Amino acid sequence: MNIGVLALQGAVAEHIRSIQLAGAEGVAVKKTEQLADIDGLIIPGGESTTIGKLMRKYGFIEAIRDYANAGKAVFGTCAGLIVLAERLEGGEEPHLGLMDMTVARNAFGRQRESFETDLDVKGIETPLRAVFIRAPLIKEVGQDVEVLSSYQGEIVTARQGNLLASSYHPELTDDYRLHELFIDMAWKAAQRKTK
Amino acid sequence: METGTSRVKRGMAEMQKGGVIMDVMNAEQAKIAEAAGATAVMALERVPSDIRAAGGVARMATPEIVEQVMNVVSIPVMAKARIGHFVEAKVLESLGVDYIDESEVLTPADEVYHLDKTQFTIPFVCGAKDLGEALRRIQEGASMLRTKGEPGTGNIVEAVRHMRIITGQIRKIQNLSKDELYHEAKTLGVPYDLLLGVHESGSLPVVNFAAGGVATPSDAALMMHLGADGVFVGSGIFKSDSPEKFARAIVEATTHYEDYELIARVSKDLGTPMKGIEISKLEASQRMQDRGI
Repeated sequence: MNIGVLALQGAVAEHIRSIQLAGAEGVAVKKTEQLADIDGLIIPGGESTTIGKLMRKYGFIEAIRDYANAGKAVFGTCAGLIVLAERLEGGEEPHLGLMDMTVARNAFGRQRESFETDLDVKGIETPLRAVFIRAPLIKEVGQDVEVLSSYQGEIVTARQGNLLASSYHPELTDDYRLHELFIDMAWKAAQRKTK
Repeated sequence: METGTSRVKRGMAEMQKGGVIMDVMNAEQAKIAEAAGATAVMALERVPSDIRAAGGVARMATPEIVEQVMNVVSIPVMAKARIGHFVEAKVLESLGVDYIDESEVLTPADEVYHLDKTQFTIPFVCGAKDLGEALRRIQEGASMLRTKGEPGTGNIVEAVRHMRIITGQIRKIQNLSKDELYHEAKTLGVPYDLLLGVHESGSLPVVNFAAGGVATPSDAALMMHLGADGVFVGSGIFKSDSPEKFARAIVEATTHYEDYELIARVSKDLGTPMKGIEISKLEASQRMQDRGI
């Protein structure tokens, strides 16, 4: 399994490390052509405005929409979650608009309000250490979206078919179970394709 | 739930990787920087080249400037405090800035002691020109580093020197035996544990950006080649002919630092970059990099 990490800006190396710990190959993706060779794509944390601009500039918006619509797995963390959302609070223009959810940016406040905590995630047995950095929140989801975890009543992990999103940074700890869950989604998506 | 942990502070810098952090002096410049794709802005009263020209004492930006910048952008806002000026740093923290640069660009408030940065919830970035300075700042609680370079000169030579010194020293440390490490810790004036970490990992425990003299898209790409995790641009953008274009071009060159055709393309029609200063023409007293070692 080859899992790509969109390498326009942000925590790319950390995701590649987690992918490798979870037993797959991690690849930095800088050009749209590379999407043809990977079984799943992670959009990392970083600054969503910067990543969104660079995605538009280099044709990644259309390319990733096609990739996801072809049934391939995509996982967005923090900024990546913002990029996946269909609706952004405050009237900001969405980027990929793939996941049926409304997202609020910097929902917990500024950096001094950033935190880490133990989080129960559906499908993962014991709590996951979750690092929230100027993190976004999922304010509301459509009926095809499955909520995998909430923090203080707000949605922070969600799945919609082949798409996965988290408000927090699973790549900043040594716990790679959320990456395992995603690699499993990517493997199942690949199986469906070969059938 | 824990705030201000080392993971949360260092993690914030990890999210800046591959990005460009731009110096801005007002709300209008902050908007230009954000629109160009900056990953953060640094709010300050004057850019380094103006500080150099004006002379006198350079201090923290006024709360008005910091708040104006925070109000108009959604990306993180950083601000500079004088080396050792605990109160300036606490004031910036109370204003809610996302990162503080304990910076040699401002006139030091303390010529001996840096801040104990572990006493803050928000993270700090500090300058370093060699591994000794880098690890001392980390020991004091810095969550991010940058080369010092020579700010406000538009001359990349000092940033290159500092990045090469640090990466060269890391390679050397990797090859030392354990008994040699004890001695090296003493020579460098750094804690043994941090040096052992470098020996084992072959890298610094925090993100290290390039800063001090970046004036063109090629300068930014060069620093990425030398191992920088990202780039700070001070005077290089708003002292150039066309700030918007320079800002966008530097962002693209930083992302695609190995794509020379792209760098050539984004470097077209930019107009004149900031006027540079030859380092040997600087008097010793004008060298900012020698402050806070």
